[in-house]
Amino acid sequence: MSDMVLQGAAQRPARPALKTRLAAKGFDGTTLLVLPGLIAVLALFIYPFLYGVVDSLTPQAGAWYENYRRFFSDPFLYNTISATLWLALPVTLLNLLLAVPIAFRVRLMRRQRLLTTLLVLPITLGTVLVAEGLLNFLGPQGWFNRTLILIGLLDTPLRLTNNYWGVFASLLITGFPFAFLLTLSYVTGIDPAIEQAAATLGASAWRRFTRIFLPLLVPGLSVTFCLAFVQAFAVFPSAVLLGAPAGATRVISIAAYSAAFEEYNHSLGSAIAIIMGAVQLLVVLAVLGLRGFFYRGSASGTKG
Amino acid sequence: MNAATLRATSAPTAAAQRAPAPRAGGGRLELAGLERAFGAYRALDGLDLTVERGEFIALLGPSGCGKSTALNCIAGLLPLTGGAILLDGKPIHELAPEERGFGMVFQSYALFPHMTIRKNVGFGLAMQGVPKAEAEARIDAALDLVRLKSQGDKLPGQLSGGQQQRVAIARAIVIRPPLVLMDEPLSNLDAKLRLEMRAEIRAIHEAIGSTTIYVTHDQDEALSLADRIVVMANGVIRQVGTPEELYERPNHVDVADFMGFRTRILGRVTADGSMVELPGGRLALPAARGLRAGTPVTVSVRPEDFVASKGEARGGDGLTGTVRSIEYRGRAWFGSAALPDGTLVYFRADSTLPQGAPVILAPDPARTLIFEETGR
Repeated sequence: MSDMVLQGAAQRPARPALKTRLAAKGFDGTTLLVLPGLIAVLALFIYPFLYGVVDSLTPQAGAWYENYRRFFSDPFLYNTISATLWLALPVTLLNLLLAVPIAFRVRLMRRQRLLTTLLVLPITLGTVLVAEGLLNFLGPQGWFNRTLILIGLLDTPLRLTNNYWGVFASLLITGFPFAFLLTLSYVTGIDPAIEQAAATLGASAWRRFTRIFLPLLVPGLSVTFCLAFVQAFAVFPSAVLLGAPAGATRVISIAAYSAAFEEYNHSLGSAIAIIMGAVQLLVVLAVLGLRGFFYRGSASGTKG
Repeated sequence: MNAATLRATSAPTAAAQRAPAPRAGGGRLELAGLERAFGAYRALDGLDLTVERGEFIALLGPSGCGKSTALNCIAGLLPLTGGAILLDGKPIHELAPEERGFGMVFQSYALFPHMTIRKNVGFGLAMQGVPKAEAEARIDAALDLVRLKSQGDKLPGQLSGGQQQRVAIARAIVIRPPLVLMDEPLSNLDAKLRLEMRAEIRAIHEAIGSTTIYVTHDQDEALSLADRIVVMANGVIRQVGTPEELYERPNHVDVADFMGFRTRILGRVTADGSMVELPGGRLALPAARGLRAGTPVTVSVRPEDFVASKGEARGGDGLTGTVRSIEYRGRAWFGSAALPDGTLVYFRADSTLPQGAPVILAPDPARTLIFEETGR
């Protein structure tokens, strides 16, 4: 009987079953759960994206690059890039500059949840509601101007709506919660003992921030910057409602909209959307590139 | 030799750098009525302690006894709610941690992950504004002392746990603090490494002679490292003494518990005052003499002093119990047995005993402690 067992062992295939080999490489039944997500990505992102690329290269008239030629030769179109950047970059920077100190304060608080909820509320309101509110609040007859005139700081109302500053304020309010929440999670992710160690070694609060926290936060802050920037760059409703959609706040998404739905030139609209994506990508790559430079520098000890 | 290098290269310049700070030998620390409350909960309830220059003190106690709170208060990371801390006679409890200049070693190492080992060790020197050439020499000496000189350009993440903790120690002592604070520095290491690091910490302490306060919940660590041990429970000091004093003569049931007296049995002194009546029998204990008849007492025994043998106790030679569990630990068997009232006792036996068997449990009378309190 022991012979039989030995024989059986010898006859066992040298290679494990296909299923086992696949599982070792990370493919098993659970892998199938990726499929719905994959289908959604293909149907809702890859296909429309490729469709848009092809659409933008098949203009209503002229050569395949006609849409792009037109965009970059018409200041009314290409100026939208700088107008959008001029809004999105300062707003994103300011949001980060506000989020970092507030996150540092909130990280020490006991009742974090209440404050976090309050700060995050603007997300749930939606851009249109915020824009409506700001129109009333910042308008020539709004509370803001009335109060300033009442206490004698102003003689005539400040113009804060239907121009750059209205859109700026709206983007700040709707963009801040994102920047804040992400920053808070990065800040609280740093072991408090690291700061305590720096303190016992003689580092003042400012030096703890610049020497310890900031270098450790750079990777997280740059990701936060990218996400907040992409969100601000796609500004549309508040640029129309609170801004001057034909002037200073004629952002790139307005150009795409009017090309596609006012001129009925969907091919040009697609081209503008592709250009918009390319600009975002450039900014994101630049920020991530800077991050790598910064982090490598401090990690190898050349900093300070 | 490493230590000699550290001193030789650094002592003269350092004395010039920080003239008022005490030199090798560290400072003399006085804690006067230290109090720290969290709301209604008093984590520290009037702590008085004087630590002499160059002394190695272990704060020992179970988790939640207030030992880490005490350390954080001394470091300045937690403000006091009462009392005073004096270093060489000067009150320092109002100072921020960065103004105290103590070296602290954390349980989680707390190395700066983005800085090389050398930068980590040199951080405190950079904050003090020590000139670069001197700082480099001191970093070298400190890394030498913890035997990590060749690892200076690595990042903390590239080192093992033991190495990281040695970096943390080097970083804390390189600033020549009057006081070194260690918060369970070995509890994240494996058993073997812990023994090695223990010896190393003691050697470093002897080399630099700094006053050291070492927080731990490990009795062995405290006994082997400290000049004096402070046992804490519920925010107060239970006993202060040399390791030998504490091990041989704990003065409180909690201290005994921590010093390995695992078994505690509640009983009463008998009418004639010579014996202690316990569940499962009575014991003649010299230590009971002098106590009034009927006094409730707690009897504490270490497992190795509690010998079990087969059979049932008759008249004063031991307690009768039932074996609950037994295991071989090399040389002898150790196990637990239940007394008639359910009290668990931990014993040693020379041969294995079947589970559920009745046993005679005879403690060594000279090594059995009696406390008048009946526990908490």
